[in-house]
Amino acid sequence: MIEMRLSGSGGQGLILAGIILAEAALLDGKMAIQSQSYGPEARGGASKSEVIISEKAIHYPKVTNPNLVLAMTQEAVDKYSKDLPADGILMIDTTFVKKVPEHLKNVYHLPITEKVTAELGKALFANIVALGAIVATTKAVSVASITEAILHRVPKGTEDINKRALELGIALVNK
Amino acid sequence: MGKVLLLQGNQACAEGAIAAGVTFFAGYPITPSTEIAEIMAKRLPEVGGKFIQMEDEIAGIGAIIGASLTGKKVLTATSGPGFSLKQEFIGYATIAEVPIVIANVQRVGPSTGQPTSPAQGDMMQARWGTHGDHPVIALTPASVPECFTLTIKAYELSEKYRMPVLLMLDEIIGHMREKIEVPDYDTIAKPVRKGPRVAPSEFKAYQPDSDGVPPMADFGTGYRYHVTGLVHDETGFPNGSPAATESLIKRLHDKVDRHIDEITMYEEYNLDDAEIAIVTYGGTARSAYAAIDMAREQGIKVGMFRLISVWPFPEKEIAKLAEKVKVIVVPELNYGQMVGEVKKAVEGKVPVKPMSKYDSEPISPKELLEFVKNL
Repeated sequence: MIEMRLSGSGGQGLILAGIILAEAALLDGKMAIQSQSYGPEARGGASKSEVIISEKAIHYPKVTNPNLVLAMTQEAVDKYSKDLPADGILMIDTTFVKKVPEHLKNVYHLPITEKVTAELGKALFANIVALGAIVATTKAVSVASITEAILHRVPKGTEDINKRALELGIALVNK
Repeated sequence: MGKVLLLQGNQACAEGAIAAGVTFFAGYPITPSTEIAEIMAKRLPEVGGKFIQMEDEIAGIGAIIGASLTGKKVLTATSGPGFSLKQEFIGYATIAEVPIVIANVQRVGPSTGQPTSPAQGDMMQARWGTHGDHPVIALTPASVPECFTLTIKAYELSEKYRMPVLLMLDEIIGHMREKIEVPDYDTIAKPVRKGPRVAPSEFKAYQPDSDGVPPMADFGTGYRYHVTGLVHDETGFPNGSPAATESLIKRLHDKVDRHIDEITMYEEYNLDDAEIAIVTYGGTARSAYAAIDMAREQGIKVGMFRLISVWPFPEKEIAKLAEKVKVIVVPELNYGQMVGEVKKAVEGKVPVKPMSKYDSEPISPKELLEFVKNL
């Protein structure tokens, strides 16, 4: 069982990223649950999307022992990485996150939004870059399944640019 | 051919309604139930149905009562504040015997409360929210697949007994996404409403069959009758005599009481050798499965009685449970609601311990395990 929390600010596309990750797990023939929590705001405000992937049935839908936390804002690090164990993976977007908890050993400093804006011209695809980085780090789902799940969810006409965003994310980790 | 999908509880509820043959939705969007309205708005035109976003919550239930009288299967969806507003019409549909289904995706209350956080605080409102003596059927799904199947079940019961059926979701179940194998909708039997067997001139709108349920004629088909919230006799016209009053109130209750075994649904999880029973429902049942699995690994004999139909309350089954366990724990996301019903059914035979949580967070399996260990 792997438990992941994707956190940031409302509007960064993290709920969608969580859904895609869970759908990829189903394509791999595994069980998956995605849940979310957010404030009353439509944009802004801390937001989290949680994904649990397992070979067996998953009872409790919320993450209780995270293996990975993705944090796309400083507020998200402060609020959602508290229960991450010392050897858990913290993945931060260095564009927005400047301070990380000192006790964590596995911190991936990734310039997600900065890089995607420079290479693809839009911050919009940052969530897909983050998915690439998560898959490359955890191998929670196969690259084939995450690609299929992304293509199934994104608007027509944006398939190629989303594939490039995914590759960008994988390359950020495997550089 | 069926399909394997990742769906939200709210989506599965909407799809269950489509599969059951719903062709009309009226409502007013409210978090955390909005996805149900959103999906019905997209899906109903695809199946030849109609969606209306009404001016408010009261109009939403009013419109579905009207549509149901014309023979449509209907749905409205809401959350706490809207559920409060709909109460008067729930009573109206009960006494006028109009089949409707209302989904309430519970959030923290009272009033506007916490729109995006889960709670199970409307359970007693579901039972007694509308005034006067009345029976209630309320179902609580604990998974995405069950949101689909129980929504279909809600239509079976609502059409069969001619009364409102409440689908009591909570934000946990409504908003989580999990795997569901959705069957081909053509393979699903559509619940059928019992129609009149006599000519319009001989039709008495509220003359019951031996099951206590009167056949129902669709408005617009030549059968004319009077629909009222007042106490009425077989003709449908107001009749306030003691005999008519007693007979109507009794019959409304009898429809449910006489069929209680057909309506009652529950799940037993690891109860066979259990010394401790957890009685719970909805999203909190998910915590209980996980807590029980952890407890069993530590040799603690605990199991769960999961309420699927919460109203009518399965008193007989809970009384039987009290004969075989030493203690009953009732975790729920409120200040203590269904625990009172459990106590009533247990009649002091064993201790009944409430585990109430009302801080806007779900009960974690660890919290529940600790509670059980500290009994």
